[in-house]
Amino acid sequence: MDKFIVESMNFYYGDFHALKNINMKLAGNRITAFIGPSGCGKSTFLKTLNRMNDLVEGSRVEGTILLDGDDIYREMDLIDLRTKVGMVFQKPNPFPMSIYDNIAYGPRVHGIKKKAELDALVETSLRQAAIWEEVKDDLKKSALSLSGGQQQRLCIARALATKPEVLLMDEPTSALDPISTLKIEDLILELKQEYTILIVTHNMQQAARVSDYTAFFLLGDVVEYGDTETLFSTPANKKTEDYITGRFG
Amino acid sequence: MGQQHRNEKIAKIFFLITGLIAVASVLLITFFVFFQGLQPFFPFNKEGRYSFWKFISGLQWKPNDEVAKASYGILYMIVGSLFSTLGAVILAVPIGILTAVYIAELAPRFVVKILQPAVELLSGIPSVLFGVFGLGFIVPIIMKTSPYARGQSLLAVILVLAVMILPIIVSLSVTALQAVPHAYREGSYALGASKIHTIFHLVIPAARSGLLAGIVLGTGRGIGETMAVMMVAGNSGGGIPTSLWQQIRPLTVNIAMEMGYSSGLHQEMLFATAVILFLFIFGINLILTKITAKLGDVDVKF
Repeated sequence: MDKFIVESMNFYYGDFHALKNINMKLAGNRITAFIGPSGCGKSTFLKTLNRMNDLVEGSRVEGTILLDGDDIYREMDLIDLRTKVGMVFQKPNPFPMSIYDNIAYGPRVHGIKKKAELDALVETSLRQAAIWEEVKDDLKKSALSLSGGQQQRLCIARALATKPEVLLMDEPTSALDPISTLKIEDLILELKQEYTILIVTHNMQQAARVSDYTAFFLLGDVVEYGDTETLFSTPANKKTEDYITGRFG
Repeated sequence: MGQQHRNEKIAKIFFLITGLIAVASVLLITFFVFFQGLQPFFPFNKEGRYSFWKFISGLQWKPNDEVAKASYGILYMIVGSLFSTLGAVILAVPIGILTAVYIAELAPRFVVKILQPAVELLSGIPSVLFGVFGLGFIVPIIMKTSPYARGQSLLAVILVLAVMILPIIVSLSVTALQAVPHAYREGSYALGASKIHTIFHLVIPAARSGLLAGIVLGTGRGIGETMAVMMVAGNSGGGIPTSLWQQIRPLTVNIAMEMGYSSGLHQEMLFATAVILFLFIFGINLILTKITAKLGDVDVKF
């Protein structure tokens, strides 16, 4: 089942043509990794999928992106889209409030006010993000007092609390130490059962370890896209091979 | 090498001296005010003794060369100062913070380009001009609706002070709101929150120490303001104001109006008024230091 279908999509920052004629189908309940050197457009591509790029002044999208068949730029309500498509950022960005309030923020946005319901959501989300055991005794504590790795898992839990179907992850481990990184990777593999996960990563080992599919971006083009194992073992394109063997990037 | 070392030392001493000038000024002023102002409450004061209790709880100010005939009560002035400042804060805080939200978060760039300099200009206008504006514009309007013959009133003071502290609150609030990391807003938008929801549930709470600092600073300005207030307060001789239409006499005005011609115990009582004013300002500054100290680690203590 394809979750996203991207058809002849072009993206511009002002005059800069950041994504060039992208055509892609992204599989549901799978992990797809986007790799490529800095400035290749992989993060920009990720952010077109929940329209976070709308915030950038002078940006412009052409073509269509369908989520379960609905055009996200023309047919879907922005709030519905972002409820369905959650996001985790490069730098952990917990809000300056308690752990509980961080997780409850999304549900509250969507009008959930009953304490029992919120309590249940907070617990399930924190459990899903594998951080419940560490924080269950001090949910009232500031989220900013957690370590970087815990903060990122908290942000994942926060994204899960609105019950999304897709999780976008923009280099979620690039600010973390190796142990925290491993924990997040285990978590990502765990979450695959229920969510479609799209992950941008600088780390090729990470892409190889966690993803089912990989897309290689270069200068706004998708150079190669396919099964992760194939892409890493027998890349079809010379540029992909050069990149994954470390000859540039 | 030796020359350089010596220059270094001279420079350090020079900076130390400049730094000490500020400290010395504060100490000198404090000492002077307290020394002069506390004298009348001690026995054997050569200008005559006045009871501290009568001073602090009195509702009438009537200087007289004969100590027995004079009354120097300032409770009604304290109340006047507090009421007028409180009223101004209540008016200016919501307007100021919402203006700041508009400038920092919502307004298109060209509006900000007009609005922000206008606010800054407002804070640069000399207070005497606010007084003139109050006297020439606000007071006549109040006079038309007031049950009393004169427009000078608590209400006039509140309105003038509110306009005066508005720019302080706006500019500090804008700074506080702009200091909230963009990553917070992104996180909120990504959860489906609208811009307005994000502002009220995330940005304002995150900026609250800075917003509070603006409010406290505005309060300090309000309680210390003299010139503008003098022109619109009416400067009554006694009585606690019971309605917005009544005249008041703030502490600052009491000192400014009479210090020029006073002498003897009368003058000392004006210094005593200054002591009380000083304590209020000191308290406000103490609160401000507490808040700004917290501002530094706003990220941890929430």
